[in-house]
Amino acid sequence: MLSSSHILVTMILLPLLGSFLNGIVIRPAFAKRAGVIATFFAASSFACAVFLFFSLSHDVKAINWSTNWFTVGEFHQQWGFKFDALTAVMALVVTGIGSLIHLYSIGYMAEERGPSRYFAYLNLFLFNMLVLIASDNLLGLFVGWEGVGLCSYLLIGYWYEDIDKAKAGMKAFLVNRIGDAGFLIGMFYCYQIFHTIRFDEIAQLLATSSQFDLHLLNIVAFFLFVGASGKSAQIPLYVWLPDAMAGPTPVSALIHAATMVTAGVYLICRMNFLYMLTADANVLIAWIGAGTALFAALIAMAQSDIKKVLAYSTVSQLGLMFLAVGSRAYFAAVFHLMTHAFFKALLFLGAGSVIHGLHGEQNIFNMGGLRKKMPGTFLTCLIATAAICGIPPLSGFFSKDTILFSALASGSTQSSLLWGVALVASTLTAFYMTRMFVLVFLGNYRGEAHPHESPWVMMLPLLILAVGSALTGFLGVPHGLHFMPNLMGHYLASVLVEFPEQATLISEHAAMFVATGLALFGISVGWFFYSRPSRAESAYKVLKPMHLIFSNKFWIDELYGIVFLAPFKAISSFFSSFVDPTVIDGLALLPVRISSGVSVIINVIQSGLVQFYLMILLLGGLWVLWSSLKGWVI
Amino acid sequence: MTDSLLALLVFVPLVGVVLCVPLSQPLARWVALLTSLVGVLLTALLYLYFDGTKAEQLQMAWSLPWIGSYGIYFSLAVDGISFPLVLLTKVMMPIALLASWGEERRLRAFMSCFLLLDFAMTGTFLATDIFLFYVFWELMLIPMILLIGVWGSQNRIFAALKFFLFTFSGSVLMLVSILWIFTQYFQQFGNYTGEIIELSKVGLSTHSIVWGLSTQDLVFWGLTLAFLIKVPLFPLHTWLPDAHVQAPTGGSVLLAAVLLKMGTYGLMRFSIPFAPESFVRSIPILSTLSLIGIVYGAWVAFQQTDMKKLVAYSSVSHLGFVVLGLCTLNREGLTGSVLQVVNHGISSGALFVLVGILYERRHSRQFEDFGGLASVMPKYAFFLVFVACSSMAVPGLNGFVGEFLILLGAFKAKPVWAYISVTAAVFGALYLLVMIRQVLFGPVTSGENKNLKDLSIRDWASLVPITLMILALGIRPNFLLKKMDPALDGFWKSSLKKSFSESSVLGKRDKKV
Repeated sequence: MLSSSHILVTMILLPLLGSFLNGIVIRPAFAKRAGVIATFFAASSFACAVFLFFSLSHDVKAINWSTNWFTVGEFHQQWGFKFDALTAVMALVVTGIGSLIHLYSIGYMAEERGPSRYFAYLNLFLFNMLVLIASDNLLGLFVGWEGVGLCSYLLIGYWYEDIDKAKAGMKAFLVNRIGDAGFLIGMFYCYQIFHTIRFDEIAQLLATSSQFDLHLLNIVAFFLFVGASGKSAQIPLYVWLPDAMAGPTPVSALIHAATMVTAGVYLICRMNFLYMLTADANVLIAWIGAGTALFAALIAMAQSDIKKVLAYSTVSQLGLMFLAVGSRAYFAAVFHLMTHAFFKALLFLGAGSVIHGLHGEQNIFNMGGLRKKMPGTFLTCLIATAAICGIPPLSGFFSKDTILFSALASGSTQSSLLWGVALVASTLTAFYMTRMFVLVFLGNYRGEAHPHESPWVMMLPLLILAVGSALTGFLGVPHGLHFMPNLMGHYLASVLVEFPEQATLISEHAAMFVATGLALFGISVGWFFYSRPSRAESAYKVLKPMHLIFSNKFWIDELYGIVFLAPFKAISSFFSSFVDPTVIDGLALLPVRISSGVSVIINVIQSGLVQFYLMILLLGGLWVLWSSLKGWVI
Repeated sequence: MTDSLLALLVFVPLVGVVLCVPLSQPLARWVALLTSLVGVLLTALLYLYFDGTKAEQLQMAWSLPWIGSYGIYFSLAVDGISFPLVLLTKVMMPIALLASWGEERRLRAFMSCFLLLDFAMTGTFLATDIFLFYVFWELMLIPMILLIGVWGSQNRIFAALKFFLFTFSGSVLMLVSILWIFTQYFQQFGNYTGEIIELSKVGLSTHSIVWGLSTQDLVFWGLTLAFLIKVPLFPLHTWLPDAHVQAPTGGSVLLAAVLLKMGTYGLMRFSIPFAPESFVRSIPILSTLSLIGIVYGAWVAFQQTDMKKLVAYSSVSHLGFVVLGLCTLNREGLTGSVLQVVNHGISSGALFVLVGILYERRHSRQFEDFGGLASVMPKYAFFLVFVACSSMAVPGLNGFVGEFLILLGAFKAKPVWAYISVTAAVFGALYLLVMIRQVLFGPVTSGENKNLKDLSIRDWASLVPITLMILALGIRPNFLLKKMDPALDGFWKSSLKKSFSESSVLGKRDKKV
């Protein structure tokens, strides 16, 4: 008899099995069917997640499974998994959207020579992501954390013949590793304080005792956030995500928009019992989040590559989620994480459909008028764009509003300021998304390819995601609009602490009107300038310096190159070309040099030449003569 | 059977040498391989019979009289420290042999060198008599020097000489220390003995005699320098890149996988139990050097364009971790250290096997000669990426557990150690990813690479067992840990307790946690 804990393991292992089959076992024979196999395993995993979701109830709050990993002294580490409400939400999103993107990939990668490697990586990613969200302890989470990073590296560099793509993958992995180093340190502090790294036990300890040093807790919170900022592309570690767009577009949708990049947000929500207490760290997180949201939105305004626009948009939206967790509104973060997964995955898949239809064109200025050529993609993207702009009653409206209001109502001294920054960021979002949408779908076609609509395997996921983008907002209707209960909020109440709402000067309704009004304003501005190319031209002339800054991304990559990479390369080159061969090896071989030097001298002395001996004899005799006569003569 | 198992483990390779001599050259290969496989079977027995719960005791002792009047015996035994290392030695032997299967010159002598090396390495780990240990220790040098000097690359004589000079100058100091201990024991107890455990009871004065150093310090450094050269710890590492680059592939595999482990083994077996106070006193020096080594090794590796040199410098970095683990004086660090020794043996051995596969096909190890191999040799590419992941400690693979334990131990001992060494997470990935990019990715530029053959059956035969070990140690390391962790704990307590009560060394450090 299969118990639910077996289903839990099955859910996690199925994608691994798929990866193993595609990657190692049946590669050549079934290369054409690789996508079907991978999609089957992803969908089966989704089925398990649905089953587990329904096995949770008021009595069964979590499903556990564990087995031994390693034991050293008192350090018992388990492979431990736990399926609770938060994991349920994440697992449904990851396997659900994951399955759709697998399906979509069958169409997208149809022209690839042997896509089995691609699908093996994709399944492997799903496995690692499930380990990440289902682990019941920090180290297990870290296993998935590193695993998804590795898959991200492999998939970004999937077309490895192109050295730039291989380099982008490397950059992603290394920048993530910087964050991971912080994660490890955070984990060590955690173990030092609590003598455990299991979430339940930490939560228990924090709930029953107030003995813990708040300063140390803040340190833990800080270092774990360093890890989160690497994975979730926040300032200053966001630089890898735009480059990660080198990977195939479905990968960008799955890994670099919907799932992996939200792992940092998930980590903090998972540790919400700790972050509730760490006010100092929260201020930092909220500001980094708000700052990233604004900064990335500014850059997104001036990008011309459709995927780059979406990438910076993702960074910006993740910033909003961090603003939410920094304001201790964990539900708001998870809610936005979910709705964002829908509409951003949809936008990326829509972009993929466009790129596919235009045979690889990614520049939005070479598009236009695709409304007629690709009606399905147009309609679904319209929903996604409206959702991300925050048009009611689409999903983005509810979740973004929940975040904005919690920033305002968090009660910290700078809450109004944070709210303001976030408002500007979302207004800009409305602007650049409209800009992109208008340039791609409206007006006249400016390119030279022959656009065609994508096949049904690609359109079906778009359609399902569009329904999700439109409706998922109703799962978490904010308190202010009480026409419907907050279903998801209630569901997650057993895992996430309730948002400690403070009184504010503005009511929730007023805040909502301001946000929606500004979103409409952003849309109108975008529409006004980009529906007529001449208007945009004249605007560029006026705003040239700003455009230069934004389109060059504030020269941050160049700055990092000068400040970090160049010195590192110089020093390591100095070490390897001078210090090691000359200084260290020179000193080590000094005794050898001395003894060989001495032997040279000795060799000269015993040369065997009689003339030489005679000369020494003569010189010696003269010296004896001189010294004995010295006193006498002088 | 268990009585003479250790003797079999030591002497079976010698039997192989004897068998090699009258046979034809190509048959010698098979004799060597079969001998090493018998060794693997014997270690399987060793694994079964070794009692993990009593791992701090010497087990399966076997002994022959040797120089009886001085209490010196040919005695062998195994405990929790030598156990994993013997396993590693025996398992890596067939892999090393397969890696050098393509060698054509003087096969009988070549294979005999490998088997002699096996004999000496196993003997070194199992000897319980200090003189027997020393004999095996020195014996190990000879076949290795021959392997480098006779079957090596262009600059082989220089590399062999350098290797010899470095290690032998350490050995001489070690011999002086051993003799000092030996005579001190006679003065204190009135009889001679060569037994290591017995000798470690000798009390070495901690009173300063010259330049602030005590007798114990002098003995300690005499022993320890020899071991640190072998490790090799920064700045005593410069012999390693030369030796690795010049050695034939199989020699490099054994050098990295086993020979370097003699250093850490010596530290654990001799330096610490014989001179615990001096060890604790020298922790600031040792930990600083290992931290420098961790970062420095990785940074220098980043600049290399020769694959073998890159792996050699990565060893400097990884073994810095191992010494750091010893310096932590806590259970996580110490056990992690021994585990990491095994992990490094497997991962770097595997990396050398992989470099050897390319060298066999292209006679080059330079980045510039490669590029885009992933499309020509996809299976090779898989293994190179996989082993690189193991080396850069991706969780779920072997490298992670050891590195994590050492980092955790280091953090418990001194957080700043963890802060510094954790940067290896970034730099350790950096140089390996650079190598992967240069060798595997990009377009195939050179015409010579267009028709390279992917893995042969022989390559599979060595890479599959490695892969399985990497996975096993990553996912279920307890099969090894349960046999060594209790041992190490007991061993450390007893060696460090001799002069420190629990509270003064271990306790004080634990309390901070």
